[in-house]
Amino acid sequence: MLSRTADNIYWVARYVERADYLARILEVTLRLTALPLAYVGSTNEWESAVATAGCGKAFHARYREASEDSVKEFLAFAPSNPSSIRNCIELARTNARAVRTALTSEMWDVINGAWLELKRFDNAPGSREEFVRFLRWVQETSLRFDGSAYRTMLRSDAYWFFRLGVNIERADNTARILDTKYHLLLPAHTHVGGPLDYYQWAAILRSVSALTSYHWVYRESLKPWLIADLLMLNPKMPRSLASCYDNLVRYCDDIAEAYGRQGPAQRKARGIRTRLSNLKIDEVFQNGLHEFITEFISDNNELGGAISRQYLM
Amino acid sequence: MADCFDEMRGANGEIRPAYAGLDAWLRDLEPDILEQRRQEAELLFRRIGITFAVYGEADSTERLIPFDVIPRILGAAEWDLLRRGLTQRVKAINLYLKDIYGRREILKAGLIPEDLVFQNQVFRPEMNAQKVPHDVYVHIAGIDIVRVDAKTFYVLEDNARTPSGVSYMLENREIMMRLFPDLFSRYRVAPVENYPDELLATLKSVAPDTAAADPTVVLLTPGIYNSAYFEHSFLADKLGIELVEGRDLLVKGGVVYMRTTEGPKRVDVIYRRVDDDFLDPLAFRPDSTLGVPGLMSAYQAGQVTLANAVGTGIADDKAIYSYMPEILRFYLGEEPILQNVPTWRCRDPDDLAYVLDHLPELVVKEVHGSGGYGMLVGPMADKGRIAAFRTRIEADPKNYIAQPTLALSTCPTWVERGVAPRHIDLRPFVLTGRDAVRIVPGGLTRVALQRGSLVVNSSQGGGTKDTWVLDT
Repeated sequence: MLSRTADNIYWVARYVERADYLARILEVTLRLTALPLAYVGSTNEWESAVATAGCGKAFHARYREASEDSVKEFLAFAPSNPSSIRNCIELARTNARAVRTALTSEMWDVINGAWLELKRFDNAPGSREEFVRFLRWVQETSLRFDGSAYRTMLRSDAYWFFRLGVNIERADNTARILDTKYHLLLPAHTHVGGPLDYYQWAAILRSVSALTSYHWVYRESLKPWLIADLLMLNPKMPRSLASCYDNLVRYCDDIAEAYGRQGPAQRKARGIRTRLSNLKIDEVFQNGLHEFITEFISDNNELGGAISRQYLM
Repeated sequence: MADCFDEMRGANGEIRPAYAGLDAWLRDLEPDILEQRRQEAELLFRRIGITFAVYGEADSTERLIPFDVIPRILGAAEWDLLRRGLTQRVKAINLYLKDIYGRREILKAGLIPEDLVFQNQVFRPEMNAQKVPHDVYVHIAGIDIVRVDAKTFYVLEDNARTPSGVSYMLENREIMMRLFPDLFSRYRVAPVENYPDELLATLKSVAPDTAAADPTVVLLTPGIYNSAYFEHSFLADKLGIELVEGRDLLVKGGVVYMRTTEGPKRVDVIYRRVDDDFLDPLAFRPDSTLGVPGLMSAYQAGQVTLANAVGTGIADDKAIYSYMPEILRFYLGEEPILQNVPTWRCRDPDDLAYVLDHLPELVVKEVHGSGGYGMLVGPMADKGRIAAFRTRIEADPKNYIAQPTLALSTCPTWVERGVAPRHIDLRPFVLTGRDAVRIVPGGLTRVALQRGSLVVNSSQGGGTKDTWVLDT
């Protein structure tokens, strides 16, 4: 297929996934800020939301302080923020329109419908209730889009590039949550913080829709190292780094098999997965959680670059 | 326009045989059905996304062409005449182009003034002495036909560059079959759905000799902002070929490749819907970002086929149009089966004098205009407009031709207050490959929805109809 077509499909997937992630971060932040300070400490949750979204720099170039209004506006609606939810949906639709015939009509319906519907949500965040409804709608859109792709796309290169986009973005998002909140997961912290961090831990799990899964997997109350294990190394947890890499390796291999050629992207994906599957969570803590996450984010970016150079240019 | 020919009722009001079934069906119909079906059709068109952009209209970037639910019907004998006439005309056009860019016998014979060719902006000196694969220049032609009585069809225009509209021919039929299965049960209508197959076969047949046994064909579009983008993506989809933009192609070592996920892939035939001017910034307009640098040199080296060829404008130019009867006789030694509309050339002093004396009854066209722009319809124009046009013609007579105001045939059409006759034309699509000339029976019928209007262009409020060719 045309490189441009594959590139468009890959980015449609990434933008929709990113919009979904931003919506979940905002929702979790709203929850945390509704708790009494005694339960969550006096950290500025809005500041943390901006950092988790990975756009602290761009935010502070425009706003002095991270407040509920400024962060809501910036992450959800601001045209000036290239990664705002609004821009993600618009960019997804632009990419989709350029390759309409490569997507199924069901996928086009979802993304085009979302784009039309977006006009209904004005720049002003409005009431909390309205805002929460907006966040739900974004998550539903992403669910429907993902579901339509799963149900209707031919299992060929177009589908594989789509899945690569989803999983690269998802791995990046999960790693960013860990990167912002890693200090809450450090073992030393538990002694100092104690129950104070309970709601923060729950929030981390919620932001990747994993609170229930946690209980099923570990059958224990929340323990920071288990949370880290779940989000990084447990391949059964759909948003864990390990699970994303199982998928990335699989779809890279599908492409290589169809094209009859392996390349840097396949090797890179396999390298990262091997590392993840050989690791134990206590080794990660011994060698430094923060260092591990920083390295992972950069590795994941490199895989994105390798896929781009090998197929999308 | 009282005495124009109605294709259903003829000149004397008697229902013509091809329309008998339609007439009976219309008379049996519940009154609201047509309006309901029209609305359904509109909904379908919108959902499929068959829209077009009107240049110069800022507010509506995507618009629907109105679709009329009453078909236009041609009998077998009428179609046979058209088919033979179209085949003959397109054959002559291809021979003429080969000659103009080759030995120029027709100029030597003095049949066409040289300046009309050489000083014409659409003449491409780059094509001089240039061989094109299998001597086919115009692979896809959209010949505009109008009708004035039971026997006479005129060729109004030869579109030999990048004619559009074929997606409407195909989709109009699909929608009609969906909305009116009952009407179809009264008729046997020749199918048009094989057009994409015929087009692909045509394009493959003209691949350069250097191409692989199964040549790679692509469709080159200017991109999503082009008014016909829907048609481009529609056709690429139906043909099962890649829809490429200029930036998807590259030229290396004189060969054209497209950038794919599996690396560069060689391209043999480009069905291009990009105008000559924008094809290659190295050869034509340097500011063009739509084209492919080096494409023209690959083309000249015979490594790739462009469909249509570069420089075909010199065949469908309105200044050349009036010479088409001579062109047909010169290359084929045959009398034209389809006549030209009688045309005055304003470059000729006698013709100019006549035109200036008769402006209120003539249609005057700019030689290079298209889409119904830059045109005077004498009987419809007020004095001020006629005076303004007179000044323009006097300033540059060469730039104008004039024709009588034709009493275009009419066809029953669903309008706000019931069924009424409206003027129509026809654009059949003629495919020329190495092996054969192919025409699917039918074409795009355009209809002027305003009462009395003769302008059928979609950019000026015209609509379309499904066109039926019967087997009897």
